Amino acid sequence: MILVVDMNSKKNSFGLSEFVLPIVSIAEELEKCVVKHYLEVNEKDLNGYDKIILSGSALKNTVTLDQTGQFTWIEGCGKPILGICAGMQTAGLVFGAHLEKCREIGMTEVVTMKANLLFSSRFKVYSLHNYAIAPSDEFEVLAKSAKCVQAIKHKQKDIYGVLFHPEVRNKEVVQRFIHAF
Amino acid sequence: MRLGVLFSGGKDSTLALHKAVEKEEVVCLITVVSENKESYMFHTPNIDVTALQAEALGLPLIKKLTEGKSEEELTDLEEAIAQAVKRFKIEGVVTGAVESVYQAARIQQICNRLDLWCFNPLWKREQKALLEEIVTKGFKAVISGVFAYPLDKRWLGKQIDEDLIKKLVALSKEYGLSPSGEGGEIETTVLDAPLFRKKIEVLDYKVEARGNSGVFRIRQARLTEK
Repeated sequence: MILVVDMNSKKNSFGLSEFVLPIVSIAEELEKCVVKHYLEVNEKDLNGYDKIILSGSALKNTVTLDQTGQFTWIEGCGKPILGICAGMQTAGLVFGAHLEKCREIGMTEVVTMKANLLFSSRFKVYSLHNYAIAPSDEFEVLAKSAKCVQAIKHKQKDIYGVLFHPEVRNKEVVQRFIHAF
Repeated sequence: MRLGVLFSGGKDSTLALHKAVEKEEVVCLITVVSENKESYMFHTPNIDVTALQAEALGLPLIKKLTEGKSEEELTDLEEAIAQAVKRFKIEGVVTGAVESVYQAARIQQICNRLDLWCFNPLWKREQKALLEEIVTKGFKAVISGVFAYPLDKRWLGKQIDEDLIKKLVALSKEYGLSPSGEGGEIETTVLDAPLFRKKIEVLDYKVEARGNSGVFRIRQARLTEK
């Protein structure tokens, strides 16, 4: 069972259909999903899930970046996590990353920096962000675009982050994450 | 939140409008009329009907003419949206984008520059499900343009119903067409929908077609009671 966390500021917002349900439709081809808004997630409820995906959100929605206190469960839950865009930024901040201004909107070329389970080589992705992160030393950089870090992995934990939106043109990234864990 | 809907009068932008009013306040429609029939951004047949549709919906319409040169039409769109900000104090824009990254990214860029929210309630929806939702919701949407093999003039003016969806899905399997016309294979015009206070009656039309390309051009129409 996969927990897909809705990272939009409001529950049942437009962001649910735009940023969360496209992930669910990819994931549900492989495994059952449950969607929860980020304010409804707490550490005690996580036992029933094998892995967690943190969704992206609307470009103007940066609320989770100011509420990292809501996400302390990411550090200790021990579950494989894939953070997408706002999901990656928020997970990174929980571990002490720094937020940087970086705007990429549209198709963007990404280069793999380190072999990993989710992707390889040079590929094009759909980007929709005004911020990137400089991850803490606990993370390794898996991929970069010309402007910023596009994918990270925690060195000890199965916590991945992609700044791009794999649900748009790279659904295999979501599928590989699900297959791997 | 006060929203403007980018409105072409076709099934997707009309459905996006219906989704938008479920969650927020829609205060205007925004239409860009392209003189370029091949426009990458804007749905073209029967764009003049948007004035009647807006009247039927009881919403003000901001209409902007563009020559349809690829990047200039984006400047025109940005001006139309900026006008909606000024006149109707919109805080965000709703689009009917489903698959087109080209379209979605450019509208996101414009909204970002104008500090507006950008919502795409149909984004990545499965196309057959979208067509079915249109029928279930009671839209009267007719095919107003065909632009791909094996579609031809016989499809023009046909209403989207369950039978037509079956045929489109069969063609999509055989010829790789996008069943809801996401690749620009089909354009539609909505003549009635739940939010329409009156419906549109077509009084005069002309089918202009050559081979696998054609339009159902509405020459005269009026609003009638539902």
